[in-house]
Amino acid sequence: MQQPSIYEIDSRSVGDDMTQQSVPDTQAQQTAANRDFEALDARSDVVLTAHDLSVFYGDFCAVRDVSMYIKRGEITAFIGPSGCGKSTVLRCFNRMNDLILGARVEGDVHYHGIDLYGPQADAGEVRRRIGMVFQKPNPFPKSIYDNVAYGPRVNGTRRKSDLDAIVEKSLIGAALWDEVKDRLSSSAMGLSGGQQQRLCIARSIAIEPEVLLMDEPCSALDPIATARIEDLMQEIKKQFTIVIVTHNMQQAGRVSDSTAFFTTEVNPNSDRRTGVLVEFDRTQKIFSNPVDPRTEAYITGRFG
Amino acid sequence: MTAAMSLVAVPNRARSVKDLIFKAFLFAGLGIALGALLTLLVNVVVTGSARLNWDLVQNMPSARPKRAGIQSAIFGSLWVVGVTSLISLPLGVGAAVYLEEFATKDRWYNRLIELNVQNLAAIPSVVFGILGLAFIKRGALSLGSTVITASLVLTMLVLPTVVIVSREAIRAVPDSFRQGSLALGATQWETVRRQVLPNAFPGILTGSILSVSRALGESAPLLMLGALTFITFNPTGLDSAYTVLPIQIFAYISNAKKDFEPLAAASIVVLLILLLVLNAAAIYLRNRFQKRW
Repeated sequence: MQQPSIYEIDSRSVGDDMTQQSVPDTQAQQTAANRDFEALDARSDVVLTAHDLSVFYGDFCAVRDVSMYIKRGEITAFIGPSGCGKSTVLRCFNRMNDLILGARVEGDVHYHGIDLYGPQADAGEVRRRIGMVFQKPNPFPKSIYDNVAYGPRVNGTRRKSDLDAIVEKSLIGAALWDEVKDRLSSSAMGLSGGQQQRLCIARSIAIEPEVLLMDEPCSALDPIATARIEDLMQEIKKQFTIVIVTHNMQQAGRVSDSTAFFTTEVNPNSDRRTGVLVEFDRTQKIFSNPVDPRTEAYITGRFG
Repeated sequence: MTAAMSLVAVPNRARSVKDLIFKAFLFAGLGIALGALLTLLVNVVVTGSARLNWDLVQNMPSARPKRAGIQSAIFGSLWVVGVTSLISLPLGVGAAVYLEEFATKDRWYNRLIELNVQNLAAIPSVVFGILGLAFIKRGALSLGSTVITASLVLTMLVLPTVVIVSREAIRAVPDSFRQGSLALGATQWETVRRQVLPNAFPGILTGSILSVSRALGESAPLLMLGALTFITFNPTGLDSAYTVLPIQIFAYISNAKKDFEPLAAASIVVLLILLLVLNAAAIYLRNRFQKRW
């Protein structure tokens, strides 16, 4: 938008990844890539950067050499066929991969220039700033109020009046307040699927994270509930930078500003597939004029 | 689409015979199990009916069967089982939380602990009695024939079971709760305290009460410890001498005087009632706390 040059920088570095898979980078290219990465890190409108990010589950490389960034106040969509590593990359952004036994992250993930996997980054603090909404709505078996107040409580808010205000604000923010304001003390499990997912969004935004990661948040919902979540995303993206993983290309096209297309490639020495980032650009560009033929094939529905 | 569709079952002789045989097997199994239990129960109640009155629970043991009661044994049992619960529940639940929530499963020492817990649960209770005799009653701790000695030995006995049932209950808590909590910036301990334990609580409670009630009926390890059989006062503290119901029953049954037989039978009925009360409490508490949201 403002500075098209940054996208050129990025599509060039992504292009490097693709065309020179086996050829080692020359010193000059390596330095240039590092300089780009540092430049991205320094920019105030870039929240998260990933540089040569690879994730392993034991010996298996789930996704490799991902370089990309997330811009503040935008919705970035990850699309691609199953097993292409898009959820894995998403989970690197708030260290949810830590919870998987044997998961290992290589490369750099920076949040405002701070290494998320560095010694000064505490996983709890990372997740407080970078929230997450899961594929399946997962409200706690508590009241609606207690669900939303959970995050503020574990982060030290004790006063009832403060909690009341946060709960109301968050539920309004998640477009759920009018539906539940008269039954805040009833069970969250009694809500419909779409309401539960909006409650999970309210729960996440109650601690005012900067980034909201959404891992296929609509895949368990009907079209009407999906539309409401999509509207909601448009409304809250001014306050919260959103990264969404979706299986639904139309959804990515409708809601996102930038799109990253991942796919799988067959490993030469085993039959397991490793995910790679193929193309990362403005959503409009990806959907109208993709650079890579694999992106075009996926977008036009020829595979995946 | 030739014939009209029909949902009426086609009679099949072989199939219905097999069905019948299978059902007969099931009922036979049920019948044998219940029959044996009922026979014992009726036999005990009939034998002990003459002594089933308040005198039984109010009187202390005595050499004269007409006046003998089991008050000190009832209080002894309550003391020993109570102290056993107080020691074994925090330890067992703590160990279960560690193994399920904190232990990295690929570390050799965690696998060793797991293996040991499984094995300990299968060790005959007499072995714990011998261990207690050597190290708790005498030897290292030298606590003598006291309530605390019996409780420590019974703790060793029930601890592995408490750990196993607590782990089952903790494992049954959906992972999505943990992930949701951690994603909100909660620490692992906060997640355990606010999500895992409250949701696992009914299961932990039920399993623990059932395993502790095993301690109530246990006599072998306490016999090894040489529990006294003739105590005419109730325990007053951890260092009191004690006797427990199973030991008292054992003493009355092995007494040569014929008159002690109804007394022993009546004591068994009391023990069964205590067990029943404990198990009923377990079921009640489970239903009470299993508030399905």
